[in-house]
Amino acid sequence: MASEPAFLDPVMLAGLVLSAAVTLVASYRVIVGPTTPDRVVALDVIGTNVVAIAALYAMFTARGLFADVALVLAIIGFISTITVARYVTEGDIIE
Amino acid sequence: MRGAVVVALVALGAFFLIIGTVGLMRLPDVYNRMHATSKATTIGAASILLANTAYFGPRGAGLVSLVGIVFLFVTAPTGSHMISRAAQRMGVDFAGDVSWPGGSDGVDDPTEGEATDPADD
Repeated sequence: MASEPAFLDPVMLAGLVLSAAVTLVASYRVIVGPTTPDRVVALDVIGTNVVAIAALYAMFTARGLFADVALVLAIIGFISTITVARYVTEGDIIE
Repeated sequence: MRGAVVVALVALGAFFLIIGTVGLMRLPDVYNRMHATSKATTIGAASILLANTAYFGPRGAGLVSLVGIVFLFVTAPTGSHMISRAAQRMGVDFAGDVSWPGGSDGVDDPTEGEATDPADD
């Protein structure tokens, strides 16, 4: 982007710090549980937060490459959630 | 002008991410937590991706971000449905004395038949 307002950089930095803090807080639920679906939900939240962090980083560094990173992370998060939910109930993934 | 739109969308996205995480921390059981996270966190990430589109323009990375929004809105309810069904099959109970509306009949309950008398648990 050619003309970038000067106030955009601290806003991006604040958003990055906030999203990273929120992701760290969500890891509390991964550790404490109390049940396995709680942990899966918390990992799903962490995945979505990392997608948001990748999108914010794309704007922070003005590199469009990180939007692709966000999309691929979203796909991997969805597949892993489905896989874990299936493994927890069925005992295997592909029978 | 475009900078103002980007800042507003980033602020909205961060707000909804915080709401989703507070719901994940504070709500009593896994079904309620999923209710908070699958909506609020999806809106937050989608808002930040929309800010990406406003930043990069409608081509290239902005278009990829729009595809990401569509993908999130399709897959987040699917994933939450899978997790809640897995939780119900594992026998995770509702919080408090909440039960299925109208008892177990009239609801497609996959644990039906496996469970013993619902009065003694």
